Amino acid sequence: MKHIIDPMDLSVDDVDRLLNLADNISLRPEKYREVCRYKKLATLFFEPSTRTRLSFEAAMLELGGSVLGFSSADSSSAVKGESIADTARIVACYADIIAMRHPKEGAPYVASRHVDIPIINAGDGGHNHPTQTLTDLLTIRREKGRLKNLTIGFCGDLKFGRTVHSLIKALSRYEDISFIMISPEELQIPEYLKKDVFEKKNIPFREVREMEEVMPELDIIYMTRVQRERFFNEADYVRLKDSYILDPEKLKKAKEDLSILHPLPRVNEISVKVDEDPRACYFRQALNGKHVRMALIMDLLGVTA
Amino acid sequence: MNIDSIKNGIVLDHITAGKGMDIYYQLGLDKLDCSIAIIQNAKSNKLGKKDIIKISNNFDIDLDVLGYVDPNATVCIIENGKLKSKHKVGLPEVITNIARCKNPRCITSIEQEIDHTFKLVNRENKVYRCIYCESKLKNN
Repeated sequence: MKHIIDPMDLSVDDVDRLLNLADNISLRPEKYREVCRYKKLATLFFEPSTRTRLSFEAAMLELGGSVLGFSSADSSSAVKGESIADTARIVACYADIIAMRHPKEGAPYVASRHVDIPIINAGDGGHNHPTQTLTDLLTIRREKGRLKNLTIGFCGDLKFGRTVHSLIKALSRYEDISFIMISPEELQIPEYLKKDVFEKKNIPFREVREMEEVMPELDIIYMTRVQRERFFNEADYVRLKDSYILDPEKLKKAKEDLSILHPLPRVNEISVKVDEDPRACYFRQALNGKHVRMALIMDLLGVTA
Repeated sequence: MNIDSIKNGIVLDHITAGKGMDIYYQLGLDKLDCSIAIIQNAKSNKLGKKDIIKISNNFDIDLDVLGYVDPNATVCIIENGKLKSKHKVGLPEVITNIARCKNPRCITSIEQEIDHTFKLVNRENKVYRCIYCESKLKNN
């Protein structure tokens, strides 16, 4: 049985196949309206994530399937002390596929070892979020028309951001990708990524402190939020916080075909004045998330149009 | 210093000096009823000094535990006073319930029944990662 626990569970060919299917779904949605009829998706969300859950549910509904599940641990048997394995076994009696969000890292993997229906990791703590990575890849491919020969800047909290880590690993498998990491010193990408991904594969990367200096080089900027509590001292936060807020002024130096991505939710790291800029892709990115989840559900259930 | 040779049993040789006692407890040798000799800082042409453990009985050694604690150790099986077989243990690919994941965000931190399992991801640098959260195992 196939599960999607880690974005790297998917080969480059798997990713291509899924993105192609997502493109077909968005071009001809009517063709896919009934493909999951009588199939049920269980969304087991042990912590709230409205956006991801709704995206999964909308995806299944648009394929003609049904959804059941819960949206917080309070409304699950976890409060009674039931194990992940038992919860998964029980739900597998009622559903055909499970999307699981859990605050503890590895929970969906534990579930996948005890059931014979597909498990999709919908985010496990700070660890993996494979459908966000697929969403990001689909967005890049749709916006740029390719997944190679790109200079991509990651900006903000690069230390704790799981979406950043997963996307770096996924993009490192494509040709001619240059990475520019824009973050305060406290929030630099972890050493293991530099060693195991960039240095091991000889992939060009740079680390800079401010966005302005690299803006003209970027094909894509992937924004993340810098949280005040991540800084070691207030003075550094005050000094640097504006460096990581994207506004129309900073965009003056950017390429005309720059693509601005953000996994959302946004707080203030992208000015609302940027929303009208055609280079802002983050709302289209959210729509892409639904299409790629539709493709993934179909693939895992083995259904075709 | 002389320790009598054993007739039937196991000799764990080429143990990195200082790890003998650790291996003694990790393998559960303290729970055995037979005679056991632990020799610390024995002279070694290859290592300078080494620890040796002699067990005067045959039993199933958990080679994963031994390999994880000291991959350089060798296991010698003695039968009728003669060396029957000898092999180096090496690092095991997977270790289960030998070490615990210390990541407080790992699922193993809340689910008591789950095995603590680590996979060898880099043999050269002896790096193990938790199969659930991928945290690096420390104090190896």
